[in-house]
Amino acid sequence: MAASELRKLRLWQNRVETEVEVSGRGPPLVYLHGPWGLNPDRPFIARLADGHTVYAPKFPGTSRGDHAAIHALDTWLDLVVYHGELFDRLGLAAPTLVGHSFGGLLAAEFAAAAPKSIGSLVLIDPVGLWRDDLPVTNWMLLSNDARRRALFADPDGEAARRFFEVPADPAERVDTLAQFTWAQACTGKFVWPIADRGFKHRIHRVAAPTLILWGEADGVIAPAYAQEFAQAIAGARVAMIDQAAHLPHLENPGAVGKALWGFLTG
Amino acid sequence: MFHLMPYRDLPGDFTQRYNSSHIDPIWFDVADADKVGQYYNATLDEMLHAATAGLHGLCTNQHHQNVYGFMANPSIMGGILAKQTNGQNVAIIQLGSTLPSTTPPTRIAEEYAMLDCISGGRLIAGFPTGLPSDATISNAVVPVEQRERYREALALVTKAWTAKEIFAWNGRHYQLGMVNLWPRPIQQPHPPIWIPGAGLSGTAEYVVDHDYCFCHLSYHGAKNATAVSDRYWELVAKKGRDDNPYRYSFLQLIGVGESDAEAEDLYGRHAEYFFHNLLHTASHYQAIPGCLDYNGMVQALHHNPRAGINLRELKAKDFYDRGFVIVGSPKTVREQLMDGIKRLRIGHLLSLLHFGSMPTELCKHNIDLFGREVLPHLAPLWDRYEDRWWPERLRRPAASAAAALASAS
Repeated sequence: MAASELRKLRLWQNRVETEVEVSGRGPPLVYLHGPWGLNPDRPFIARLADGHTVYAPKFPGTSRGDHAAIHALDTWLDLVVYHGELFDRLGLAAPTLVGHSFGGLLAAEFAAAAPKSIGSLVLIDPVGLWRDDLPVTNWMLLSNDARRRALFADPDGEAARRFFEVPADPAERVDTLAQFTWAQACTGKFVWPIADRGFKHRIHRVAAPTLILWGEADGVIAPAYAQEFAQAIAGARVAMIDQAAHLPHLENPGAVGKALWGFLTG
Repeated sequence: MFHLMPYRDLPGDFTQRYNSSHIDPIWFDVADADKVGQYYNATLDEMLHAATAGLHGLCTNQHHQNVYGFMANPSIMGGILAKQTNGQNVAIIQLGSTLPSTTPPTRIAEEYAMLDCISGGRLIAGFPTGLPSDATISNAVVPVEQRERYREALALVTKAWTAKEIFAWNGRHYQLGMVNLWPRPIQQPHPPIWIPGAGLSGTAEYVVDHDYCFCHLSYHGAKNATAVSDRYWELVAKKGRDDNPYRYSFLQLIGVGESDAEAEDLYGRHAEYFFHNLLHTASHYQAIPGCLDYNGMVQALHHNPRAGINLRELKAKDFYDRGFVIVGSPKTVREQLMDGIKRLRIGHLLSLLHFGSMPTELCKHNIDLFGREVLPHLAPLWDRYEDRWWPERLRRPAASAAAALASAS
């Protein structure tokens, strides 16, 4: 596995400076992180990099020193066009697009808007659809306990401990919490107060081969949504991940990896 | 006089039933609409009583989906107060309607202009950003946009009040093709603007830049506000503004009795009800990601003034001893208020003379004692300053500006 490289790109009429972490070697794969930023996902990215060149951009506003960038984009159209610019600047041709949670919706929106631009699509517990009988929990309004239980099948397990761990050093602690919170603020801008921005009207345009992964104990968005996505995307495959909730790639990375490799190499 | 209009008769096990006084309490499990009708009427009676008792301003505010205060539209309350106090020397202080929650915000410009017209030019136009839960949960404002919406809305409101021609507003958050506001305020170019804030965030800087009045809304009392007020006055000096005390208002819970012992006895359970039940807040409804900008959030993570205080462990005596509530005989209250007013340079004292479960008779007793025994005795500390943040038609001649010390009380 090649060493991770940090690329900084100025985009969007120079109003956004984003960091992209590039690692691994192989066919291009873009990973779009969820509401809690890129930091918690690095162990998963390392797995993806075993066989791919992984491009992991930070969502606008979450790159160090460029917090105000979130105010440079207002709408989903902005967001999709921005990512088109980003992928062009990275020189990507038909990459695999993997997105988790909010990043899953972002990947799916991009796939619907530019169906010929991506090779394949992997959605991990994506938000973006809505059923009145299964309301999606607003993950930004949960108490610490409720959040732990919504995100993890085992709220006291090792994955949960690592996800919520904060350094003992006071300055590092503030930095970690600030990044964790600000990533929710930036991504939340596009899904507040309900993560339904009409993707149901566009979902039929997704044409790439698609894999949908879902933690069986997801407490944010019910696992029944896996079928909602699958029914609307032609040929989509679904893999349910046991012993995992909203973050299956962190709580049961073995099962996620197996399903993912099966899909990408199958 | 400041009033929150809380629910005054919560069940005894309220804090066990709910994790928060905001958002979570279920109306049909807790509230009674007939009682709430009585509370709204009692609130209006108490405020009108305050006007008659010589207090100088009546403050309403806007909150949603909670038991702590639910004047969901303060203009309704302000409209009644404006009409009923015509001919009295009292300001209608709307502190006020929350701009980011109202679309388009010209609705508030209209309502305030109506209030200024009805009251004969006695309006003070307060513009709070709104509690995070009020704005983002009850009114679906995107957290990271709350502050920029607020600033755009206030710019739109002041332009709508003052523009001599029809104009188009092509803003980031609001687009209006033809703005030509009817009515306009009596006060020209516009009523005095007061901006509330809980501490020193970007808000205070914005307030000083625009030469508005900063209303420091703290429930921890003047005794504990020195750090914030010092920083505020440093900011005022740094930005080249004068040290006119009237550019600073401060909220204080006050309970006056005939004697210290009587006051402590009278107000104890209402203070406990206020701090235990009504301020039973949950951080996940207040520290919502994005409601503070990045730097404000980092500051809050470094230093949370409320951290470490468990209000429910404190009793009435603790609230008195710590200065959260100033309670006592008129003499005691005068002395403690004077100390705070001098130390913080408070120009307008926002007196919370109703708090918690206080019944209306007790509230009126409090108002009477405050109006008769405390307010007139406050020394003419600031009479060499002009109160530029007070309706012109109500401005007192400099010699008697003493009373304006507590002008918003």
